Amino acid sequence: MSVQLKCEKAVLGYDNNVVSEQIDFSVSRGDYLCVLGENGAGKSTLMKTLLGLTPLMGGSITFCGDMAQNEIGYLPQQTQVQRDFPASVREIVQSGCLNRCGLRPFYNREEKEMARSAMEKLGITDLAKSCYRELSGGQQQRVLLARALCATRKMLLLDEPVTGLDPKAAREMYELTAKLNREEQVTILMISHDINAITYATHILQIGKTQQFFGTKDEYLKSRIGQAFLCNFGEEGSSDVGTL
Amino acid sequence: MSELFNTLSYYFTYPFVRYAMIVGLLIALCSSLLGVTLVLKRFSFIGDGLSHVAFGAMAVAAVVGVTNNMLIILPVTVISAILLLRSGQNTKIKGDAAVAMISVGALAIGYLLINLFSKSANIAGDVCSTLFGSTSILTLTVSEVWLCIGISAVVIAVFLLFYNKIFAVTFDENFSKATGIRANAYNLMIAVITALIIVLAMNLVGSLLISALIIFPALSAMRVFKSFRSVIICSAVISVFCAALGIILSILFSTPVGSTIVAADIVVFFVFSLIGRIKS
Repeated sequence: MSVQLKCEKAVLGYDNNVVSEQIDFSVSRGDYLCVLGENGAGKSTLMKTLLGLTPLMGGSITFCGDMAQNEIGYLPQQTQVQRDFPASVREIVQSGCLNRCGLRPFYNREEKEMARSAMEKLGITDLAKSCYRELSGGQQQRVLLARALCATRKMLLLDEPVTGLDPKAAREMYELTAKLNREEQVTILMISHDINAITYATHILQIGKTQQFFGTKDEYLKSRIGQAFLCNFGEEGSSDVGTL
Repeated sequence: MSELFNTLSYYFTYPFVRYAMIVGLLIALCSSLLGVTLVLKRFSFIGDGLSHVAFGAMAVAAVVGVTNNMLIILPVTVISAILLLRSGQNTKIKGDAAVAMISVGALAIGYLLINLFSKSANIAGDVCSTLFGSTSILTLTVSEVWLCIGISAVVIAVFLLFYNKIFAVTFDENFSKATGIRANAYNLMIAVITALIIVLAMNLVGSLLISALIIFPALSAMRVFKSFRSVIICSAVISVFCAALGIILSILFSTPVGSTIVAADIVVFFVFSLIGRIKS
């Protein structure tokens, strides 16, 4: 198990406002880390800091071994712009290969092949020529996941991947990421406030103003904080904890 | 019919008509290429804003008495474009408000300066011709035509070479940044070539109608086509076609060039909307 990412005493925030501090965790190759926390707890800030979109305010984030910051494949939340963007599925998936091109203006055969195999893995080959904005929410997420796979084979960061999906599409999404994790050894970092997200996780990180928990899923389920979190969801009745 | 054709070929024996045609088509082509990106980035009004800045700069140039007013207009417009497009989503004043503020501000200051200091006898005429496209498209000199050809060639080359990057940055800026694409550099590049096109296009359709050249072809193409590449190609074709049609009609019926081109763009937009509606 080689460590890919180490986060030590990190202070997260933006525009000089600290959102959360004392964040300590590490991620190894093949891990499936689920980041939990209330809304506004700094999950998105953590993600943006990991991606280098927001500067780190203190502490350190280190990428180890053969991992580099720009090798994180990223599945963002959808923006308004994307919902009516005229683009075919193939164009979007191929754009994931762009960081390999450097200054070369067009994609070469190898990159087109990568895009093709990524689409095949996610079962969207027959949609290649379809228009992105006409797809269902679940299909759109698959397209973006395929694009992320073109950018990296090492680590995927998923930001609330099931927001706005119906339960069936959400379950498929979780199964898909679990499959990539298992079969392709892709490290998964998933940010979620959906309790079902932890079904396939190996590790859990829960953050708030400070770090509340980091450890394996089994430890989490036994811990007081984990049970409190699950209990909360049980009361809301928003999910079936029994399947965990 | 043959009479119209004769009139047309008669006009085209004059070099200034041929120059107008060349410049018009090139500007139409360039603005439509950028238009798709700008519309998708929610910057449809950038054309309007920047052209008003260019108007303000032109007024300053006139007051200061610079003979070649491009020396002032071009840098001022490019800097404004950079300030507007660079800021993106992370500023205190959001995109549309920033554009509106700069646009109206520049227009007001420009008009104020012309009124206070201009030595020209016909202020209203001067202002009107810069706002609605003057006859200056018909008084182009050979060197201006070459300047236009040069800038257009640069814009088209940049667009083709960076086509995939422009697509990625427009579709998802954060993803591009996260995977190591220098999104800010590409945004800057888009801003600079947008400013170049707008300064060029001011001669053709005037400050108030530039937005039309930028947005109509893109919007028309988006009604019907579904991939980025086909939208770009279609929008370029529509734009060049409408510019040619507009210039020819304006010669035949002695209508103002700029507004005739825009009218042609509007008609095409409605036709394409209809086609889009029927297809779906």
